Amino acid sequence: MTPGAAYRLALVGNPNCGKSALFNALTGGRQKVGNYPGVTVERRVGRLRTPSGIAIDVIDLPGSYSLTPHSADEAVTHKVILGQQDGELPPDAILCVVDATSLAFHLPLVLELKRLGKPMLVTLNMMDLAERDGIRIDTAALARELGLPVVGSVAVRKAGTRALVETLSSTLETLKTQPPADTTSIPTDVRGLRREARRIAQAATLSEGREHKVTRVLDRVFLHRVAGPAILFGLLFLMFQAVFSWAEAPMNWIDGGIVGLQALASSQIANPALRSLLVDGILAGVGSVVIFLPQILILFLFILVLEASGYMARAAFLMDRLMAGVGLNGRAFIPLLSSFACAIPGIMAARTIDSQRDRLTTIMVAPLMTCSARLPVYALIIAAFIPDRKVWGAVGLQGMVMFSLYLFGIVAALTVAAVLKRTMLRGAAQPLLLELPKYQMPNWRDVAIGLWQRAKIFMRRAGGIILISMIVLWALSSFPPPPPGATQPPIFYSAAAWVGKGLQTVFAPIGFNWEISVALIPGLAAREVAVAALGTVYALSGSEDAIKTSLAETLRNAWTLPTALSFLMWYVFAPQCLSTLAVTKRETNSWRWTFFMAGYLFALAYVFAGATYWITKAIVG
Amino acid sequence: MKVSANTRTLGSLRPGQTCRVIGLADQAVSPELEERLLRMGFAEDAAIEVRHEGLFGRDPMAVKVDGVILALRRREADTILVEVDAPR
Repeated sequence: MTPGAAYRLALVGNPNCGKSALFNALTGGRQKVGNYPGVTVERRVGRLRTPSGIAIDVIDLPGSYSLTPHSADEAVTHKVILGQQDGELPPDAILCVVDATSLAFHLPLVLELKRLGKPMLVTLNMMDLAERDGIRIDTAALARELGLPVVGSVAVRKAGTRALVETLSSTLETLKTQPPADTTSIPTDVRGLRREARRIAQAATLSEGREHKVTRVLDRVFLHRVAGPAILFGLLFLMFQAVFSWAEAPMNWIDGGIVGLQALASSQIANPALRSLLVDGILAGVGSVVIFLPQILILFLFILVLEASGYMARAAFLMDRLMAGVGLNGRAFIPLLSSFACAIPGIMAARTIDSQRDRLTTIMVAPLMTCSARLPVYALIIAAFIPDRKVWGAVGLQGMVMFSLYLFGIVAALTVAAVLKRTMLRGAAQPLLLELPKYQMPNWRDVAIGLWQRAKIFMRRAGGIILISMIVLWALSSFPPPPPGATQPPIFYSAAAWVGKGLQTVFAPIGFNWEISVALIPGLAAREVAVAALGTVYALSGSEDAIKTSLAETLRNAWTLPTALSFLMWYVFAPQCLSTLAVTKRETNSWRWTFFMAGYLFALAYVFAGATYWITKAIVG
Repeated sequence: MKVSANTRTLGSLRPGQTCRVIGLADQAVSPELEERLLRMGFAEDAAIEVRHEGLFGRDPMAVKVDGVILALRRREADTILVEVDAPR
């Protein structure tokens, strides 16, 4: 350690040991979240200052069952501890987090870490839960058996980490100077490690306690063969209701704010090109992404709460059989669920899947789940072309079309996954082996920190790639400017129109006219932009609501039913979202897979849109 | 490994049954799977209680071992040899 630099403490532990809660409690909001270079493992570092004034940089490493790496996460943990990870200096000491309620399960990792011979201390986390269950641990005996300092902690309570911080400030200096512990007695094989762990756990446990009743009772309901899946689907239904209904008001505020800014910019900027760039390019483009923030935050609120409470692992348990049908396992369920709000968090959530093949498969099919950006497009076309009437009593025809589009996406995702797992990503079936953690009341501070971090990641995206692509697309649709006395809308004379007319030869067979082809170009940046683009192409002006109503009217006259349905089907598949492709590149670290994703989605979009066009044409004439 | 008349695979058990691990069916387990199973606690002499099972094909199953509840598929559970405890 260089003088003046902060002490570096690596937080290591099994998944579900409460490590992240402890990290949040130790560092509060002072965290930096990033990525390790070259791998898609999250790097979380936070600064802690002890009462005596020592600065400690706490590094929260991914949860790991062992030092034999099985996933990208575990590999990074191993490398950081050994000081071999790019982008991370070797830690000065290791703080190993152990769940006090299941000592025997967590101790093998402690022993493995100890064998590395690094300065190290152990904290018994969740002491409150252990107490509740009547488990009594002799901390001194445990420290003696392990030959390491041991201190209790309760990460979810503010005062629960005080003893830990005190121990940290008093022992860190002495830890460094101590000779490495004697590691010759630690077994090197898994069987031996477990046996030794069990022996130490028994020696240090004064009272075994009784099992947590709540978990047992709740599991009897949530994992019930029939009630379990029913409750899961009820929860999912509630979640989607919330995503769409609770988000409506804040989305309107954001929309109002953007419109206000646009009006302000229009009135203040005299230069027409600059004004158009700011109003139609930057504000409209970034606004079209930012508007989804409420939906994404609500979805993540649900996901974070379900995860923190321990339910998410049960959802993976319940969905495993279905996912096994397409060659994946229950772990793939969470990323696919997130993709209903937005494929980007979904693709990022695939990190937790330990098998590389399963992870790639999940990433490849995530864009097929109907994300919220498709909604404005679906809503416009359905309002324009599907009659608002009831079928089978109470079910509306429009709602049914919307529902079938969702269903179509799900079926397509599962089918593509099954095909990928049988061809390009073939491999032995991956075992499930999933820990079902104890149920817990979610800690609201942890949920709030998680939400804040998601919001930051999402907003950074809106500021980066979306901003740049919006400016490029704006330039394409604005230049060259229309000649004097032009009768068509300006976009008709722009570079985008040349491309659009060129594209029309490609799209004519699936029923797209040149207006659609042109609108697809700005729509590449983000799906919902197509609505605004169609408005531009059909030379509409006025408020957005006016555009929507009159656009539906205009489209009804300009398009045939086969064209409209073909357009809908195109949107089920087409990867019209640069951010999804960008995040896929980052997560797979491969241009090949990114191009493959874009390629197969465009191909499916073309084939299915074409089939829809010709079949509808044959029926309605 | 002491195989007796009470020897079954974990995969053949139903919720409510308890058992003790006597070993892994060597020929059916890759070294990697063996390492993971041992790591998650399916080692010799571990006491196991079968807790829950899924709707279709009773798959996957949830078992309690070393104070922790683990989910696994019958396919993997079938590689774990256990001695069933007498019903209480």
